[in-house]
Amino acid sequence: MIDVNRDGEVWVFAEQHGGRLEDTPIELMSKARHLTDTLGVKLAAVLLGDNVKELATKLIHYGADKVYLAEHPHLGTYQTNSYAKVMYDLIHKHKPQIVLYGATIAGRDLAPRIASATKAGLTADCTDLQIGDHETAKDKKLHKNLLFQIRPAFGGNIIATIINLDRWPQMATVREGVMIPAEPDAKRKGKIVEEKVQLTEQDLPLQILAEQKRPKKVDLKAARIIVAGGAGLGSKDNFKLVWDLANCLGAAPAATRAAVDLGFIDHDHQVGQTGTTVRPSLYVAVGISGQIQHQAGMSQSQKIVAVNSDPNAPIFNIAHYKIVGDLNTIVPMMIKGLKEKGIKD
Amino acid sequence: MSYNCVVLVKQVPDTKRITGDVMNDDGTVKRSALPAIFNPEDLNALELALQIKECYGGHITVITMGLPAASAILRDSLYRGADDAVLVTDPRCAASDTLATSYILSCAVRKLDYDIVLCGRQAIDGDTAQVGPQTAEKLDVKQITYVEELEQLDDKEITVRRNIGNGWQQVRAELPVLLTVTGGANEPRVAAAKKMMKYKKAMTPFEIEQKIKTENPDANQADIKELIEHKSKEIEQAGLLIKQWNLDYLDADLSWCGQSGSPSKVHRIQSVVLAAKESKEVEPNQKGVADMIHELIEDKTIA
Repeated sequence: MIDVNRDGEVWVFAEQHGGRLEDTPIELMSKARHLTDTLGVKLAAVLLGDNVKELATKLIHYGADKVYLAEHPHLGTYQTNSYAKVMYDLIHKHKPQIVLYGATIAGRDLAPRIASATKAGLTADCTDLQIGDHETAKDKKLHKNLLFQIRPAFGGNIIATIINLDRWPQMATVREGVMIPAEPDAKRKGKIVEEKVQLTEQDLPLQILAEQKRPKKVDLKAARIIVAGGAGLGSKDNFKLVWDLANCLGAAPAATRAAVDLGFIDHDHQVGQTGTTVRPSLYVAVGISGQIQHQAGMSQSQKIVAVNSDPNAPIFNIAHYKIVGDLNTIVPMMIKGLKEKGIKD
Repeated sequence: MSYNCVVLVKQVPDTKRITGDVMNDDGTVKRSALPAIFNPEDLNALELALQIKECYGGHITVITMGLPAASAILRDSLYRGADDAVLVTDPRCAASDTLATSYILSCAVRKLDYDIVLCGRQAIDGDTAQVGPQTAEKLDVKQITYVEELEQLDDKEITVRRNIGNGWQQVRAELPVLLTVTGGANEPRVAAAKKMMKYKKAMTPFEIEQKIKTENPDANQADIKELIEHKSKEIEQAGLLIKQWNLDYLDADLSWCGQSGSPSKVHRIQSVVLAAKESKEVEPNQKGVADMIHELIEDKTIA
């Protein structure tokens, strides 16, 4: 644990695998930029890896004032212990006030290990971060400029704002896809600080015997239009309506967890709390009741069209266009209407 | 070679099955009205431990930290095949965040011989997935998260397959190790009728005391004490005692437990109320749909 350090920097863990930067550090830096501007401190990216120096420049273009670069052959492949050890040492050396991680597979493995070693707090899966003040009830003491770590909890039914009063750094993992990345600025200048790393074989306790990654079948995060189907489609055959409408709109097909669980479509297409978070220009929800867990992943869409036979479906609470009716007649009408307007992808 | 497994489990409100009955009129959830269940992925962790025991032999201890009522999931674990159950309960555990919880659980695990510690990837009330890795750090053992398959256990080494989202990773590590197990790892077995018959009478010391006091409302304190001692001995001899440990028994440093051990504080809790937006009813006919499409093209939503 480090003490409250109001001059401390704001850090973003720059997750990379095989020399390819993940999306999350870029998303996080645009949010972190707002935090540092409020706090009047520097934004630093922390880049661990082997031969990854060229990513440092990219991080500067995306908003970092400084990049701490820790390179070592033992950091070539992510492992909990080696990465946690280097992060722990850097945190205690530089005493940042805030450290942010993407809530990715690696981020959710790494951050709690660091938090435990540092004896600091950690809030998982934040969907928003703000700077604010907190008055403790007991002594009426005002704690200024704390990191508000905002996250859904209780299956998405409540939104909790978590703070760390005195045991710093203030740390959080942030859900993928919820922060909007900034445009890179190739003219931005920043400092690259090379850090000496000492690691031995003992810091790599796992033998990674084999690994297989497959590309995602669909890039929902990048889609401008999404057509999503729910359990209301009734069958995998009928789910074809979603594909047809998506084709017509040049949209990405997506689904609720229920539809994925029913085998209508692959998990890569899942939107919601346990799937992808999206914010397209248009989200067409077909046969989706709109459980809170689904809404968590799509409520930020600019326009929402909902088709459902149940007028009380919660999806209608957030839809801009409500169509109460049988999706089996409405969706073909939509396809027909689009074709008449000359829209066919 | 046989292996000692310790499984960390949690009793959670069933946040996934929220129906109209548990909603307040303002659209928020009545949390107290939700049924308490065995955290789903902890059942997958227990199942994996049971499979290890079946294949290689060994002993399974299940630990939970919680209120006295959390003994329900310990009995459930015994029904499914666990050998031993421990309830860590103490009012001073209240308000523990994940850091304090992992500290307390690590103190409890240290009281036992273990080769493999297992827990679910995450609990459905918080979804943090933090307690596993934090407990591993406190125990100073390796962690392997998102385990979906046990591939091999030989002598001092374990090989598992991890689910890394868009693929898998096969890793090997020397024991001891802590595994966090995903919901896709296995199909948890149901309670065995025979074990259920036996263990439905399993009780914690707290429950024994409650039972004696309810059954003997008029007895004096000395008698109550004697009755409790007698009953406890009887339960223990039958192999039905669920161990109950408090923070003193764990030799826990109180400054790392409960409120004082928790760096995370709640600033504010807001209920999610599904917000109404500016919205239009579209007539469910061809004209209504066509008008909507026209608008979406006009405002350049559809290119």
